[in-house]
Formats: sequence, structure tokens, C-alpha cells
Amino acid sequence: MKRTTLILASMLISGTAWADTAYEAVAFVDGAVAESLTGTPGDAAEGRKVMESKALGNCVTCHQVTAMADVPFHGEIGPSLDGAADRWDEAQLRGIIANAKMTFEGSMMPSFYKTTGFIRPGDAFTGKAATEPLAPLLTGQQIEDVVAYLLTLKE
Amino acid sequence: MNANAIKAMLTSAAVVALSCGAAVAEQEPAPGVLVINGDIEITTEVKAPDYIDGLDMAYSGWRFRASETQAFELDDFDNPGMIFVEEAQVVWDTVDGSEGKSCASCHDGPESMKGVRAVYPKWNEAAGKVTTIEDEINNCRTTRMGAEAWDYNSDTIRSMNGLITLQSRGMPVNVAVDGPAKETWEKGKELYYARTGQLELSCANCHEDHYGDLIRAEVLSQGQINGFPVYRLKDSVLTGVHNRFKGCVRDTRAETYSPGSDEFRALELYVSSRGNGLSVEGPSVRN
Ligand code: HEC
Ligand code: HEC
Ligand code: HEC
Repeated sequence: MKRTTLILASMLISGTAWADTAYEAVAFVDGAVAESLTGTPGDAAEGRKVMESKALGNCVTCHQVTAMADVPFHGEIGPSLDGAADRWDEAQLRGIIANAKMTFEGSMMPSFYKTTGFIRPGDAFTGKAATEPLAPLLTGQQIEDVVAYLLTLKE
Repeated sequence: MNANAIKAMLTSAAVVALSCGAAVAEQEPAPGVLVINGDIEITTEVKAPDYIDGLDMAYSGWRFRASETQAFELDDFDNPGMIFVEEAQVVWDTVDGSEGKSCASCHDGPESMKGVRAVYPKWNEAAGKVTTIEDEINNCRTTRMGAEAWDYNSDTIRSMNGLITLQSRGMPVNVAVDGPAKETWEKGKELYYARTGQLELSCANCHEDHYGDLIRAEVLSQGQINGFPVYRLKDSVLTGVHNRFKGCVRDTRAETYSPGSDEFRALELYVSSRGNGLSVEGPSVRN
């Protein structure tokens, strides 16, 4: 029953894939999240799109990725993601994307699945106030897709 | 030791390795010397004040810009911000309000404003708070000229600020952070380190920890305000300090503060103090 409520809540929040696990129900163990957020396997090609899009993951704003050299302008705020799959397993990558602060304390990397607990939350980039819970920056499936793409980054 | 424990250990080892260097930290800008019109020497780097823990050196934003952008500042004939200063000179001499006065009636030429920009924001005893140049201009208009206040973020006030700022070009920024201004300064510091919005980013995340690093296509500066008002090539108008702050806060997916709010006044005082010792450079040019 409780789980149903949470799932319903997340449906209302994100208004997307109804199967998304609510953020509060995500189990982080040492920063890693073992269970899929949706139960649907990730699609690496979609994940790549999420990573390059400014409106979605915007990952290249902070990270260099050699395999994405066709996308112009990679930032250097975070480490290069080349070989990410050699350093991290699937559960760890899922945890890093869902909430990097669970793995790297105080990280500058945004918490892509978090929905509450923000200081002056805004309505996207309008500068106007928004009421929590916010829709997460990425849906559960988008995170699964990103994880699938990151798992292809081997050196 | 079981497999999970070993894995946990490996994970924390990886975390330590990353925090010790894989992620790029702040980087010094390339050397560069700024002399405006061949005679006004601008200090673009200086040892940061002792009370700013996060910086060893303070650098003007000019140092982080591409050489084509930097070049606009070498000669005022090439500086597009100067058009607005000329407009403000006309306003300076124009009578407005019920008292039949212009700025010039009491202040003579704008040269009388020499040194003013360097010390603002500043504690104003009569107002009982820290005020900005915009506040002072509006105070003269409403209480001394019998004219209406200009909108805090209007083109007119930004241009007037440009004219006033120009008189202090080359002088070291020297805002007071102690005495009655202390409380406001502390509040500004708190705002500077607050991780706002859905992206949970503070000014310090970008402008203290990562200046000199690329964020997508742009090199981050220290977010100093010695160059304000700034002519932004992409906006083609002079931008005020609070306006710039607003844009940066908005980009963290946060609810912003308004230009002219007490929060931005406090932040302006604090950010100014991070660049105490840099030259007043405005009106400057950035992309
Ligand atoms: C605002 C900048 C920023 C953005 C945007 C960002 N990251 Fe990060 N990321 C970082 C930083 C900084 C680190 C280094 C960890 C630390 O110490 O905080 C990091 C670490 C990582 C790591 C672990 C590093 C490694 O060994 O590979 C992965 C994986 C990662 N990010 C993936 C992503 C993905 C995928 C996205 C987009 C969905 C993303 N990041 C968006 C800043 C960012
Ligand atoms: C009726 C006379 C009068 C007029 C007109 C007037 N001012 Fe003032 N202004 C003053 C006085 C008096 C002060 C406060 C004394 C001081 O600090 O120099 C002041 C202070 C200022 C200050 C702060 C200076 C400082 O050293 O802290 C600024 C900036 C300023 N005025 C700008 C303007 C502008 C711009 C206009 C025209 C829009 C204007 N004033 C019109 C009398 C006037
Ligand atoms: C996500 C990163 C980011 C954050 C967080 C951020 N800024 Fe910025 N800021 C930028 C970028 C990018 C620019 C344009 C390039 C530059 O000068 O750094 C900029 C420019 C500026 C400038 C113009 C500097 C100049 O020389 O003209 C100021 C001032 C500034 N920021 C202040 C702030 C303040 C104050 C905060 C906190 C309220 C803040 N920024 C938060 C990214 C950021």
C-alpha cells in the first residue's frame, strides 16, 4: 500500500513514466542504487541524447567525453567520463546520476532525481518560485538510459 | 572480509582519488596588462584581502575573456559602453523635478564624482543601511530634486552609474566591510555560499572553485564586479550588478531576488569586497 502511494506520488510529480520509483523510495547503499528506477532496461542511444542536451542532462557542460566529440564544447568542471564504466559498476553509476552527493560529499554535480529540500526552488529557468516537490531534472527512464550509455564508456 | 566490504573500500578509495585531483580546480588566467586609452593603468590582479578565505588572488573578469573581447577596452573609442555614458552626460545637465534642478546644479561636472564608485556600496548613516550608487542617485532625485525615482534596473540609471563610475577609473576598489557595514557584509557572504535552486549551486561553486575552467563554451571568471556597469556584447546595453546577479541565480533554477532588493545590496557589498584592490574598470566590455 505504502509503495503504491509513493508510485502514485511520483506519477503526479513527474507526470511521465508511471512506473518511476519515487525519489524517497530509492535505496542508496554507499551511494549506489542497485535496483532499476523503472524496471525497463536503459537505451544507450537515448542516454547519449540526454547527456548532450542542455535542456536535459547537460552533462557535457561539466564533463569531457571523447566518444561524444561530435558535440561541440565540453566543459572541464568535473573529470572526463572516458572509462567511467571501468571505474564504476551499474549500481554506482545509477546512484551518481540520481544523487551524486551520496557518493561525493558536497559535490557540485546536480542531483538529477531529487525532488525536495532545495533552497529557493525555482520554476525551471524562469527565476520564479516553484513549490516542492519539483519534477526531477531527469525521469527514471532518462537516468536508466544515461546509465546504459555510461556503461559503454570503457578504455 | 566479504566481497561487499572490499567493494565498499575500493569505492571510497576511488572517491578519495577523485577529490584529490581528477576534477579540475581553479586555474590562473593567462597574463595580460590592461591600459585604457594608453594612460589609465588598470590593476587586473591583486592579492585577495585576508578576510576572503577562498581566494589567494583576485582577478578582474577582463583577464578571462578572449583577446577580441579584451581589445574593446583598450580605447574608449572602441568601447560601445561609452555611448551610454555620453547619453548620461546629457541627463546630468538636464533639469528635472519640482525644484528645477539638474545633477549639475549641485554637483557641477561629473568629475566631482571621482572616487565615489570605489567605495560603494557604503553605509549611509541617514538611511541607516548600506546603499548603492543607484540608491544615492534616486535619493537625490526624490529628496533633493522633487523628481521621481528611476527604476532600479532602468537603462537610465545604469547609464548614469556608468558616467559616475568612469570618474573613478583606475582607482582601487575599497569598500568598507567592518563597522556598521559588517552585518550586511556577513549577510552577503552567506548568500554567496548558499547553494540555491534545483541545481544546488552557489556563487562559490562556479566563481571560487572553478574560475579559469570551461563551463561548456565559456571560461568562468571570479564573478568580480569591479568592471560594472558592463557592456555585454550579446545584450548591447550596459548591465547593472544586480541584473547580472539575477541571471546567475536564475541559472541555478532558483527563485531569484529582485534588482534593488536588500539581499542583492548585501551580495553586492560582499562581492565588491572580494575584489578590494582591483581597479574600478567600468564601463567594461564582456561577452
Ligand atoms: C555542474 C557540473 C556537473 C554536471 C552538470 C554534471 N556533473 Fe558529473 N560530476 C561533476 C563533478 C564536479 C564530479 C566529480 C565528483 C566530485 O568530486 O564532486 C562529477 C562526477 C561524475 C561521475 C564520476 C566520475 C567518473 O569517474 O567518471 C560521473 C559518472 C558523472 N559525473 C556523470 C555525469 C552525468 C552522466 C551527468 C549528466 C546527467 C553529469 N555528470 C552532470 C560535475 C557535474
Ligand atoms: C539639490 C542638490 C542636489 C542635486 C540636484 C543632486 N544631488 Fe546628488 N547629492 C547632493 C548632496 C547634498 C549629497 C550628499 C552629500 C555628499 O555626500 O556629497 C549628494 C550625494 C550624491 C551621491 C553620493 C556621493 C557620495 O560621495 O557618496 C551621488 C552618487 C549623487 N549625489 C548623484 C546625483 C545625481 C546623479 C544627481 C542627478 C540625477 C544628483 N545627485 C542631484 C545634492 C544634490
Ligand atoms: C553555474 C555556474 C555559475 C554560478 C553558480 C554563478 N555564476 Fe556568475 N557567471 C557564470 C558564467 C558562466 C559567467 C560568464 C563568464 C564569467 O565571467 O564567469 C558568469 C558571470 C558573472 C559575473 C560577471 C563578471 C564580469 O566580469 O563581468 C558576475 C558578477 C557573476 N557571475 C556573479 C555571480 C554571483 C554573485 C553568483 C551567485 C549568486 C553567481 N555568479 C553564480 C556562471 C555562474
